[in-house]
Amino acid sequence: MSEAAASPAPQGGELVRRHRWPTRLWHWTNAVTLLVMLMSGLMIFNAHPRLYWGEYGANYDNAWLKVGSARSGGGEQGYIEIAGHRWDTTGTLGLWTDADGKVQRRAFPYWATIPSRYSLAIGRIWHLAFAWVLAVGLLFYLAWSLIAGHVRRDIHITRAEWRPSHLWHDIREHARLRFPTGVSALHYSVLQKLAYAGVLFGLLPMMILTGLAMSPGTDAWAPFVTEVFGGRQSARSVHFLCAWGLVGFFVLHIVMVLLAGPFNEVRSMVTGWYRLPRERRP
Amino acid sequence: MTLTVSRRGLIRAGAAGAGSLLLPGCDRLFDNPTFRETLESGENLHRVTQRVLGRNALAREYREVDMSPAFRANGSREVTDPAYRQHLAQGFANWSLMLGGLVEHPLTLSLQALRDLPQRRQITRHDCVEGWSAIGQWQGPRLGLLLDMARLRPEARYLVFHCADLYHGQPYYESIDMVDAFHPQTILAWAMNGKPLEEAHGAPLRLRVERQLGYKHAKFVARIEAVASLEGIHGGKGGYWEDNGAYAWYAGI
Repeated sequence: MSEAAASPAPQGGELVRRHRWPTRLWHWTNAVTLLVMLMSGLMIFNAHPRLYWGEYGANYDNAWLKVGSARSGGGEQGYIEIAGHRWDTTGTLGLWTDADGKVQRRAFPYWATIPSRYSLAIGRIWHLAFAWVLAVGLLFYLAWSLIAGHVRRDIHITRAEWRPSHLWHDIREHARLRFPTGVSALHYSVLQKLAYAGVLFGLLPMMILTGLAMSPGTDAWAPFVTEVFGGRQSARSVHFLCAWGLVGFFVLHIVMVLLAGPFNEVRSMVTGWYRLPRERRP
Repeated sequence: MTLTVSRRGLIRAGAAGAGSLLLPGCDRLFDNPTFRETLESGENLHRVTQRVLGRNALAREYREVDMSPAFRANGSREVTDPAYRQHLAQGFANWSLMLGGLVEHPLTLSLQALRDLPQRRQITRHDCVEGWSAIGQWQGPRLGLLLDMARLRPEARYLVFHCADLYHGQPYYESIDMVDAFHPQTILAWAMNGKPLEEAHGAPLRLRVERQLGYKHAKFVARIEAVASLEGIHGGKGGYWEDNGAYAWYAGI
């Protein structure tokens, strides 16, 4: 006789155990790690604020994205240029004022980088040390998720959930901010599953692989990692794009937490206990 | 009175606010020697991982069609030393490389002698620590061959490359261990893209240590010294950028 059959299904308003400790530990480790990785990564980008496709790429070659500053008319402007289209980003990208009021011509501003003063070497020390935390953490968490059934039970998307009508229903419910209540709040909705699976099996492994692909040492013993992405500079571009994919996830994640009830959500990720939202009256 | 706040302004203010709280924290944390040493010890992990998983792996080599149309030169692009300028004017006809330190037979080799040794030619990708890459063709004798000629003493653990250039007023130098020194692709290149090395790329001789970042590839190499320890050589950290910029000595990542 299983435990679930013995106890009645929980009702809205009850406290239930939601996140197990590996999920909570990994969540908060990643919260810190990814922030450090992003900000130190932007510092590294500042050393050469241009992105290319292919194996090679330097100043003489065509960049598909670049951040810089240029004289225009009587003044000067910061800009971002993507595929030949230029946008004025004065004050934020390419040309900005630092905390001491000095004009700087780096790509990302001081408040977005680690360290806040330009230092490629120190940015790399942060980035490459925390890369181990990210990679080892992901490895353990993926292994645990598979072995302990987290993937099968919580993230696996059933055939019924893949049905367009179900997906559409879930999108509409989310757009109307009608979140699941009662027993149905015990499980992730299909959009949540897609988002978490996308990060766990998509964006995070991509960040690590494209990071390794940029290492000349790794490229020698695992050349297929670089080749899969179409070369070192392509890997660098994909690394940059996936980083912004993670930023996008983070923004969405925070918005959803705020909308769904920040106290309850944060408590569940700290203590594991979650209060099931009460059923809506029909 | 209406208070108008643009969305962009709000985002910027929010990010700046969060940043101004967080950043001094990160900067201060890094000033803590224990914290900094912990982060810096990541370098050992990188080196050991490489030595375990790919100690003798070869860097990828490319075809001629894969080469960069123009190869960017970085760091010192010219050398002011009068003796060097004279050698440059003479086409390095009277120039010679010295190989000494912890060796049984110190060597002095003219550029012609280096050209007469068995050669290795390779088209490889040069990866700068800044993030850019360029693919070029390099030619020269294997460093391992010279080391066999000079017969390293057993206590020799590193090779130090003393360069003819000053960078920001200080002598440029670099160092590698014996794994990289005897690696088949580690050569002393006197030719690049089929022509004698140009000054901007390190004439007359540049170290190619293909599995590491650009700053390890010492240009204008004048003297090679086999040593037991890097302590006491310039800043003691094994290279110009290691001494002056907190860059990692193992630059395979």
